[in-house]
Amino acid sequence: MSNVTTEPAASEPTTPGSTRAMPRRDARHLALKWFRELPLVPVIVLVMIWGSIVNPVFLTSSNLTDVATGGAPLGLVVVAETLILLTGKFDISLQGTFGLAPLLGAWLIAPAASEGLGTQWNPWFGILLVLAIGLVVGIFNGFLVIKANFNAFIFTLAMSILLTGLQLGWLGGRTVYHLPEVYIYLGSESWFGISVAVWVATIVFVIAELFLRYHRVGRAMYAIGGNLEAARAAGIKVDRIRIGVFVVASVLAAVAGLMVAGRVTVATAGQGSNLIFGVFAAAVIGGVSLDGGRGRMLGALTGVILLSLVTNILTLSSISSTWIDAVDGAIILLALGVARLIGTERA
Amino acid sequence: MEGNSPRGAEHQPPVGEALDVSKTFGETRALLNVSLDVRAGECHGLVGRNGAGKSTLVTLLTGLARPDRGSIRLAGAPAPSLADRGEWLDRVACVYQRSMVVPPLTVAENVFLNRPTGDARSPFVNWRRMRQQAHEVMLEWGFDIDVDQAAGSLTVEQRQIVEIARALSIGARFLILDEPTAALEKAAVERLFARVRRMREGGIGVLYISHHLEEIYDICDRVSVLRDGELVLTGAVSDISQPNLVAAMVGSAPSRRATEIEAVPNRSGLGEERLAVTELKVTSTGGSVEGVSLSVRAGECVGLVGLDGSGSVTLADAVIGLIKPQSGTVKVLGRPVPPGKVDAVLHRGVGYVPQDRHARGFAPQLGVGENLTLAVLENVSRGVLGVVNFKARDRIAQEQVDKLQIVAWSLQQPVSSLSGGNQQKVVVGRALAPNPSVLIVVNPTVGVDVASKEALLDAMRKARDEGMAVLLVSDDFEDLRICTRLLVMVRGKVAHQFEQPPWDRQQLIAAVEGLELVGAGDPQR
Repeated sequence: MSNVTTEPAASEPTTPGSTRAMPRRDARHLALKWFRELPLVPVIVLVMIWGSIVNPVFLTSSNLTDVATGGAPLGLVVVAETLILLTGKFDISLQGTFGLAPLLGAWLIAPAASEGLGTQWNPWFGILLVLAIGLVVGIFNGFLVIKANFNAFIFTLAMSILLTGLQLGWLGGRTVYHLPEVYIYLGSESWFGISVAVWVATIVFVIAELFLRYHRVGRAMYAIGGNLEAARAAGIKVDRIRIGVFVVASVLAAVAGLMVAGRVTVATAGQGSNLIFGVFAAAVIGGVSLDGGRGRMLGALTGVILLSLVTNILTLSSISSTWIDAVDGAIILLALGVARLIGTERA
Repeated sequence: MEGNSPRGAEHQPPVGEALDVSKTFGETRALLNVSLDVRAGECHGLVGRNGAGKSTLVTLLTGLARPDRGSIRLAGAPAPSLADRGEWLDRVACVYQRSMVVPPLTVAENVFLNRPTGDARSPFVNWRRMRQQAHEVMLEWGFDIDVDQAAGSLTVEQRQIVEIARALSIGARFLILDEPTAALEKAAVERLFARVRRMREGGIGVLYISHHLEEIYDICDRVSVLRDGELVLTGAVSDISQPNLVAAMVGSAPSRRATEIEAVPNRSGLGEERLAVTELKVTSTGGSVEGVSLSVRAGECVGLVGLDGSGSVTLADAVIGLIKPQSGTVKVLGRPVPPGKVDAVLHRGVGYVPQDRHARGFAPQLGVGENLTLAVLENVSRGVLGVVNFKARDRIAQEQVDKLQIVAWSLQQPVSSLSGGNQQKVVVGRALAPNPSVLIVVNPTVGVDVASKEALLDAMRKARDEGMAVLLVSDDFEDLRICTRLLVMVRGKVAHQFEQPPWDRQQLIAAVEGLELVGAGDPQR
């Protein structure tokens, strides 16, 4: 943001009723603001150039759609985590919900022959169950972190371990296959040549961005993360909004899990382990502050795009697969540095 | 402004009114039968010493608590229920000392925080209208701030303006300013006064709380004085002389240690200069220091007195190295110390009792003995490996326990389980254990019982008599008994010096509150 004061000193009060000119923000100012708020865009351009050099396959439309399809679930969880980060908290257990919800749903709807429980519930009911798990975990986390004031880090870490552990202990670490079409629709079908998952993720991003920008609750979330006391004093229902955000985030994580299960057409125990680190990385390099109150959904989206592109390019390149994680980490560090140089964020 | 200036304000009901309110917190009586009204278009000063009940009255007037007895009326109507925050915000606003702006949001958003712009039922934000309206508010009241700026980049003064603009744009006619000048420099104070005058002309009623009595005379129409939870004086500022105002705040002399604070006669044979501060300048949100020089000799206890934000605590923090000063030097035993390096200063033989004993004073889980000897561990460890000699350690600790009469069942008892008074004794004992040549103490007796207070002051008096140079920063006048000389800080500068005990309580208060000293016996400048 610019610190330049553009208004002239108003020495005399204007009489009510007279027209008061509001200085327009000029285009250059706006462009600069966008550039500073979305510092990753030039980085993404550089990465695209690098990708096209590394492997000509990279710039083909089929590869780029693959990148989008692969990145959609990550993107959805990044939306979820960003919402929580903006209010000044975070939730590690999103990855646990991401894994447990689709597996539990699949277990109850699939026949025993394909590793299901044998209850063979209606697949629609299975989807409802996936959402319900998100809802329950979100309410539980929200109440205990916000109302009971547990430390968000250790509490959601424990929840994450618990939810992941349930997939092994309770559901026996199984892989459920032969899932009904309705259940895998989200991850496996396409509209106009583009995966439904990508459509859904894009729509969620757009809605989240608009909600945060134009809805009063969205603005209240920034106020809560920026100065909790001030938000409270302004009459914002601080706790209700913070708990609500936990719930919405968990439901989004559950849907993202369903996307992955749909894409690979099986529900696997342990799906989404280590996912959360990529989620935090994408949000933070996209300019979302870990202290709350700062960042945009659009910025988080650039973070997702960058990470997905880098992963894809590393796969296409001749780098040995054992090195991919290390290079991934190095590139995240590099992106953080660039974002710091360009952006206003002091992450 | 003539057009909409309601000069017939007498006919309007008061914008805010407390009728015979009382409030008790547990055992403490915070307010007793207080009645006070703020009229439209007036600036009403509210003064009183710390703990007189000013903050309690503000919480009642802003709807953060309900009075036990009595009632609150706003703009002539009974106050809304506590749950209805929106109603309260419509009628009364308070600008607190701590900032209530949201740094990442723009000025416009901060002004319209949690409020609809345009259509009240719409849950959506109309950005264009919000910017426009915020801009209009700024124009109407003559505030010069770009509404598209992020609030985080504003100065303290500008943040205050944003909060005032927020209140005015809601339409609140009753504005409470809680020590608004505490963090402002002189020019900014003048501009604030201009703003207050303008609001007054616009029919706003302002309740102006300040420790600086000269401000009351500058800006207020009437003034009310609270003392020990009771309203002792209300009247037009022009009818109340400064000595009367101070007298009302201080009250008739309480039985023990009355008007004059006892103190030892000035000792003739002081030792060499131990601590010398020259032209120290420190910028801090907790009160800046604007060029202060002082010196403390062996066997002397210099009291540094000042209100919150006067810079007295900042000065102590800068001397010990917790804050790096802008300029100026600090010399210990004649040699300058590196600025901003706590460990270097401590190694020069300076002992330090911090302001906040919970944050900086002790390690709560460790035992009494260990805490007392934290600063002397090097002296009681053996050999290159630095193995602690527990016998020697316990001997030193026991010495301090005896000196300060610390009540603990053993040296191993965790400090967190001690009473507040004994915790404070541990903090002071730790500073005294290495037998420092200079001792810097900040508010050592805050929140401790009377017996502990005596023990603490006694220990420091003994240390002084044994030749330690003591700098005592305190706003509790009872602490000043052990001082041999007093410096009064106002707005970052030493405003007065008192050389000859006993101290006259009334004059001391007047000096601390930033008044010109009145009456005979004017002390040395």
